[in-house]
Order: sequence, then C-alpha cells, then structure tokens
Amino acid sequence: MSSVLFDAPGPRTRRRIAVVNVVGALVVLGVLAWVIWGLAQKGQLTAAKWNPFLTETVWADYLLVGLWNTLRAALIAIVTANAFGLLFGLGRLSQSRLVRGVCGTVVEFFRAVPVLIMMIFFWQLFSYVPGPWMAAPPFYGVVFGLTLYNGSVIAELVRSGVQNLPRGQREAALAIGLTRSKSLRLVEVPQALIAMMPSMVSQLVVILKDTALGYIITYSELLRSARLVGSTFANYVPALIVAAVIFIVINYTLTWLAELLARRLSKRTAGGTRPAELTPADAGE
Amino acid sequence: MGGYLADMAELLGSYNLIGAFWVNIQLTFWSALFAFIIGTVLAVMRVSPAPSLRWAGATYVNLVRNTPLTLIILACSLGLWGQLGVILATNEAGRVDITSNSFRLAVLGLSAYTAAFVCESLRSGVNTVPAGQAEAARAIGLGFGQSMRMIILPQAIRGAIAPLGNTLIALAKNTTVAQAAGVVQAASVMATMIEFRPDLMVAIFLVIALGWVIIVLPIGLVSTYLSRRLGVAR
Repeated sequence: MSSVLFDAPGPRTRRRIAVVNVVGALVVLGVLAWVIWGLAQKGQLTAAKWNPFLTETVWADYLLVGLWNTLRAALIAIVTANAFGLLFGLGRLSQSRLVRGVCGTVVEFFRAVPVLIMMIFFWQLFSYVPGPWMAAPPFYGVVFGLTLYNGSVIAELVRSGVQNLPRGQREAALAIGLTRSKSLRLVEVPQALIAMMPSMVSQLVVILKDTALGYIITYSELLRSARLVGSTFANYVPALIVAAVIFIVINYTLTWLAELLARRLSKRTAGGTRPAELTPADAGE
Repeated sequence: MGGYLADMAELLGSYNLIGAFWVNIQLTFWSALFAFIIGTVLAVMRVSPAPSLRWAGATYVNLVRNTPLTLIILACSLGLWGQLGVILATNEAGRVDITSNSFRLAVLGLSAYTAAFVCESLRSGVNTVPAGQAEAARAIGLGFGQSMRMIILPQAIRGAIAPLGNTLIALAKNTTVAQAAGVVQAASVMATMIEFRPDLMVAIFLVIALGWVIIVLPIGLVSTYLSRRLGVAR
C-alpha cells in the first residue's frame, strides 16, 4: 500500500507489521467471540429466537410490509426532494438578488433544523389540519420532513455543481450568443446534473436511513415492523439484527452504484463526478 | 394577534425549553468527545500498515455508516438495556437511574455512530496531503517521526477541520434521535407542547427551529472560519 504516512518497509519493519497483523487479528476475533459468547449467555442465539425468521408469516406479515413502507416513503421523497432541490438550487443562482436571498434563507433554514423536528411538526400538523393526508399523518410527516431536508441538501448540490464547472463553459456559451439564462439551461445545468448524479445516489442512502426516523412518529416502516416481530416472538435482539442487515445490504448496494456511476459519467461533464462523502446526516458539499 | 402572542408566551413559560435544549447540548458534548476518541482509533487502524487492523476498521465504518441511527439508538436502549441487562447508571439505592441510564445509552449510540464519520473525516484529512510532501520530507533528510510531526500531520489536521465541522453539526442535530431511547430533549418537548396547544403549532415549531439555528449556525461559522484560516491552499 502506498501512503504518505509510511516508507516502503524494510525486512525488520515487515516482520513487525506481520506481528501487529496477527495480534490485531487475534484481538478482533477475541472481541467477536466475546460478543457472541455474551449473546449466547443471555439466550439470544437459541433456535427459538431465530426460527421465526425462517417462517413465511414473519416476512409476509411484518418485515416485507415494513420494507415496502420504507421504500415507498424513500422513493416518493427522493422525487419530491429532487424537484425542491432543483427549484431552490436554480433560485440560488438567479440574477435577482431577492430570489437568491429568499431561496438561500429557505435552504439554510431547512438544513439547520433536525429532520426529526420537521417530521414531528408535519406529523402533528397533518393530524389536525383537515385534508386527504389525515388518513396517514405519519407517512406524510416522514415524506415532508425528508423532502424539505434532503431537498435543501440537493439544492446545494445543484448550486455547487454549476459553480464547480470550469468558467470557460459559460464564457463559450455567451461567446456563441446565448443569453445568461440560456447558457444556464442548455450548457451548465445539464452538465451539473450529470456531475451531481453520484452524489444524488449517495443522498438516497441518507433518505433511506432517515426513513427509520419514522419509527419515532409511529410510521410502520421496517424498524417498527422489526420491533413488532420482536414483541410478538420475544426476540427483540435478533429482530433488530435482521433489520440492520436489510438496511446495510440495500445501502451498501446504493453506495456501490454511486461509485460505479461516478466512474461511468466522468467523461460526460467538465465538472468532477466524485460522490459526496456521507456525513452523519447529510452528504455535504 | 396580541392574544396569540400572549398565549405563546404563557406556553413557553410553562415548559422548560432551555432545559430541553441543554440536554441536546450535553448529548452533543459527550457524544462528540467519545466519538472523537473512538473515531481517532478507527482512523489510525484504517491507515495502519497491518491488514487485519485496516480490515476491521473498514468493516466497522461500512457497517455503521449504512445503519440508521434510530436503529442503533433503539438497539442500545431496547437491546443492550432491555434484553441484555446492560446498565450504565444506578442511583444510591443500587437501582437503575432511568433518566441518566437512558442518557448514557443515547450517548453510547450517538458516539458509536458518529465515530464512523469522524474516522472518515480524519482519513480524508490525511488524503489531502499529496504523497510528494512525504517524499520531499524524506529527501531533505527528515526521519519518519520528524516528517510526521512537522510536515504531514499539521496539514492532515487542517484538512480535516471542514469535514469534522460538518460531522459535529450533524451530531448536534442527531441528538434529537435520542428520543428513540426515551431521553427528554427539545424534540420531545416540542411534541408535548403541540399536543397541549395544537392551535399554536406553527409558532411552537418556529421557536424550536430558531433554537436549532442558534445552536447550529455558530458551529458552521467557526468551522468555516477555521478551515479558511488554517486550511492549506492547494
């Protein structure tokens, strides 16, 4: 491995690294064994706790229903968040100072407020204000919270996507006689969107993870149905482990897809296509 | 309108909102501290020359980063405490002190989660240092320790300020998820207030949101200032 931190190792260092490697592996295995032993001691590894996951009911009546609710909220939110993000991202690039100011305030506001706070607010709003949403306030709470928060993050992606393009792109567009707005619409935004694509796929991971906040506002998503399995079959710990595995498999696949896209698309834009690094709640600029 | 404002003032007077936000700030402080310690250990593992440590660090980061925080916090309170009987706080009588136990379990979950992102922030800081810097340090005769201390780490730490700032902001906002462990803080007080006075819902939301803007904005400004001031221009 080439790193700024290390010289190419000589024979003595290689021996030392080998020793550290073996000791490290033993420590890791030790920790794993301790966790498994602990779970076994508490009777968490018995067949009775795990067999329910081999039955059809647990999947058909609980986990798949929850997974569907998770995916449904996430898919709708990604569409609405992208619409919101595109609108306000372009607003922040507007030539009018007023539009820029308003869009900037909206975006900064929704980025500063925790998603859960927004979800709780909309959940309660939709249970008091009459309308079609009264049938499912938790669902609308989740979708609105996710849309406003992730839409604001995407707005920043749009803005930084356009601003990261080389200046020559706009200069060339203006030179061949396009107006500012035409240059934006025909030359800059399409490239920025392609440059953003990997970051947007990473943002999907954030949205999918954040649907689990719906658990707190009683939306019956995957985590809530896993908890229901736990209370029905008295196997909370295995149920949470299974839910975690499902989340990890889906998100890991999406992350992999983001990297694949970044490699595939890099030739189609003058801006970079590296997917944004995930931070705990958002994929920042 | 005057009546509305008076109602709102009375409502704010009967709930300890400052105290609720103080819980979020305390959660942020302790979780940031532990997350920084665990995250540093993970980052060292991930850049170490021993493959087993690198692998263990990468596995931890990839598993935790792809798991919802709500699930991790719930696993701490429902799994560790409820099922496995892990107790982190007792009162004088030797019984579980439910309030501080929930608080500590939430800190545990938040730290374990945030550590993965701290690790990646630190690692991205190391990655901002071009390999040529290390080669140049070696070429002018500096040893490993010297080039680390004088050339590489100062640049790596400065490169990590901006992502660490983002991580801290996200952590502050994520403390609301302690709700899943039953910790009473700003999110729960907001829910209670709205349940009590649904007619003041919008005003309550705006007050709570303003509280978050007040907490989050300074962190962002300081980290942007520091990363501009100390950042290494390339």
